[in-house]
Amino acid sequence: MAFDYEKYLRMERMPHMWCPGCGIGIVVKAMLRAIEKMGWSQDDVAVVSGIGCTSRTPGYLDFNTLHTTHGRALAFATGLKLARPDKHVIVISGDGDAAAIGGNHFLHACRRNIDITLIVVNNYIYGMTGGQASPTTPFGMRASTAPYGAVDPAMDICQVAIAAGATYVARGTVAQGLLLERYILNGLKHKGFSVIEAMSDCPVQYGRRNRMSSAVEMIQWIRDHGVPVTRAKELPPEELEGKFVTGELHVAERPEYTEEYRRLIEKAQKAAEGAHG
Amino acid sequence: MAKEVRLWEGNHLVAEAAILAGCRFFAGYPITPSSEIAEYMAVRLPQVGGTFIQMEDEIASMGAIIGASLAGVKSMTATSGPGFSLKQENLGYACMAEIPVVVVDVMRGGPSTGLPTHPSQMDVMQARWGTHGDHWIIALAPAFIHEIFWATVRAFNLSEKLRIPVILLLDEILAHMHEGFRLPDSSEIEIVDRAKPTVPPDRYFPYDESQGDVPPLAAFFSGYRFNITGLNHDKSGFPTTNPEIIQRDMERQRRKIERHLDEILWWDEHELEGAELAVIAYGSIGRSAHAAVDRARALGIRAGLFRPITLWPFPEKRVAALAEQVRTILVPEMNMGQLVLEVERVAAGRCDVVPLGKVGGIPIDPPEILEAIKARV
Repeated sequence: MAFDYEKYLRMERMPHMWCPGCGIGIVVKAMLRAIEKMGWSQDDVAVVSGIGCTSRTPGYLDFNTLHTTHGRALAFATGLKLARPDKHVIVISGDGDAAAIGGNHFLHACRRNIDITLIVVNNYIYGMTGGQASPTTPFGMRASTAPYGAVDPAMDICQVAIAAGATYVARGTVAQGLLLERYILNGLKHKGFSVIEAMSDCPVQYGRRNRMSSAVEMIQWIRDHGVPVTRAKELPPEELEGKFVTGELHVAERPEYTEEYRRLIEKAQKAAEGAHG
Repeated sequence: MAKEVRLWEGNHLVAEAAILAGCRFFAGYPITPSSEIAEYMAVRLPQVGGTFIQMEDEIASMGAIIGASLAGVKSMTATSGPGFSLKQENLGYACMAEIPVVVVDVMRGGPSTGLPTHPSQMDVMQARWGTHGDHWIIALAPAFIHEIFWATVRAFNLSEKLRIPVILLLDEILAHMHEGFRLPDSSEIEIVDRAKPTVPPDRYFPYDESQGDVPPLAAFFSGYRFNITGLNHDKSGFPTTNPEIIQRDMERQRRKIERHLDEILWWDEHELEGAELAVIAYGSIGRSAHAAVDRARALGIRAGLFRPITLWPFPEKRVAALAEQVRTILVPEMNMGQLVLEVERVAAGRCDVVPLGKVGGIPIDPPEILEAIKARV
């Protein structure tokens, strides 16, 4: 039987505002299939976002949904998760939202290893505001604020996440929806901060400026530039120039923040009792 | 266990009062002169099963308390000048989304890094208009240790009752001053919790005008699945660009304040009967003004004190009546003239309004205010 996406969609909010050919839909579908596999009640799930095309996702989904300020989704989500550690908090962000204006929150959510799943839809561009360069726009590629090609080197979101302490880090692409679903599912299962980067297309704002004006061309470009992690290990660095590595890049175990805080509460309460007794 | 009178530091008492008012989540970032609030919360909140978190910055602290409040947990943050500037973005979010939170701003000299360890009253206008866009907000400025306690409790109660952020404006003097105070028993404290929806989830709308000016706010994860956004929204909480819906929603938000002025407005009066000169002062300068008025009366000068504790919304009606009554209103404040602008607006030429602004990080003492009074009568 076909997967029942409508169970999780607010159909009365349709049509959505994304452009034809946009990859966000592929990511959202992978995410919904993963949530279904977790068997969670919709009442127990919150989806939090910042600002941008990707951040419009929560409004279309039938969960507890929170559309916050630009870059700040992880800060709001941290409060939400700490208030209800027993519930499930998913953050969905774009590359500008997560890596530029929200960069500090991103680093520290990784460091705390709080049990939140972050999905970053990386389409290399600020789509909603008109195709400005983002921290992930590849060097030399064009954007409305990089008319001669980007001079800023691009940021590798997964490498930053690993360095900052995230304990599950994976990168998938919208060319491979089923793999993406598996990574998101493993991220949801993982106890700790998980980051799933989904390399996605934006034919309207990015592709159009970089000789890939159709979604097909862009998704082909993504497919051609992804190197599975197992193969990447065998390649010399120069062969990986301009490419990105896909797969489960990092899985580690480290104390999870809300569990550590629960232990802290026990300790503080014991100490207070001792002081009174 | 009967509680005893003990010495309380202003910052510590804010924190203890918040806990007694039901606060169970605090997110903060170190900044002078408010850090003792965070330090006290770090000790006390886990003892009562609550959560303290030191966030990566001021912006994140403000975001985190909104998130926690949406899960139904009363939440607070504390900061000072530069940090208060950073919080304005998400403070506006709390206004727009109507999420109850309490924000303490311990005023220090500014702008910018200014005078980190010295008092000022320079954030009065920022408290009202710091975030962009039209919005309504409540700001309380207590002057005594006991008043800090009750203002903190009231800040939580008003924010819960009206679904609005409440700013608690202290200054560095009050924050670090010690005075005797007996913590009330919980039976002596009235606690207000936000209204919960009574309708079933499929008929719940977080901004439903038919439920009153302050529609009930369901907690996340409570079985009511709804959307919250910082965009202008319709009654269901989904984005809208419909001008009529936006106009109606903004007017409802204004009514939340206008129809509850009796509960929000709070002030103290001293020797105003028969006064021909009124001093309007608040926070720690309200104490100097009180002493100056007593000395003026002893000299036979008919001076009185109006000391607003609620600065926003401004107590317009009472100040307008005072402007009718007196020849002069003197407004001493530790800035170059902020609340005096509001006094001038309300007095509207009915009496002389004289600013007495002083900056540089030292308080305005009673003799200075007395001299200004004498010069005007």
